[in-house]
Amino acid sequence: MKIIAVCGMGIGTSVLLKMNAEKVLRQLGVDATVDATSVAIARESRDAQVILTTPDLVDQLQGLPSEIISIEHFFDLEEITEKLSASLL
Amino acid sequence: MGLPRQLSSFPALAKAFGEDSIRVGAIALDREHAIEMAGELLVASGRSTPEYTESMLEAVAENGPYIVIAPGIALAHGRPSEAVLEIGLSLVTLAEPVIFGNEANDPVRLVIGLCAVDHSSHIDIMAELATFLGDSASVNNLLNAVHNDQIRLLF
Repeated sequence: MKIIAVCGMGIGTSVLLKMNAEKVLRQLGVDATVDATSVAIARESRDAQVILTTPDLVDQLQGLPSEIISIEHFFDLEEITEKLSASLL
Repeated sequence: MGLPRQLSSFPALAKAFGEDSIRVGAIALDREHAIEMAGELLVASGRSTPEYTESMLEAVAENGPYIVIAPGIALAHGRPSEAVLEIGLSLVTLAEPVIFGNEANDPVRLVIGLCAVDHSSHIDIMAELATFLGDSASVNNLLNAVHNDQIRLLF
């Protein structure tokens, strides 16, 4: 399964989100890779099952086949766990 | 640094914060001012040029306050470019919290500046940053520091 973490540039915020999402996925026992990427590249992508991003960027990602999950607090593993489990399990 | 210190728990962070990259108890007038200070510290520590600071400001103007990634914490950065001389981090703690426009996580008390040369070579730094910022005790110690050296000892 492919998951992408998206921020404006794909080098800062999305990388932190990827790290914490991978931690959560390991705990949940879900086999998935998380790639960090920019909004521009994400808009061209069609193969991600789930897009993780921040509430600010959700509008820019509408219309893609992926399910969009927005995370408010990037270091709150409980929030990430809750939202990812609701979607994946 | 003549201070005695223990073996670093965050070696990549210790290296990413160059000399003159940390400012404690700064007064920022607004979001742009706070980001500018983080950019200036990257310049002062020899990691980027002033053009990079401009790109940090453009990024937030373009994509909004999503850089406030957790309550009170903003991660300000531009894209990898010629304005980046070397991978680096900077850090500003604010004496008075500043509103960035992020409903969930305002107001901001800590601005981390980041400059990277590409999309992958700073991954070890980001892994340590995620661990460090994910620990609320570390973040509190950082916010309560009154001197740069106290912050360095946290890495």
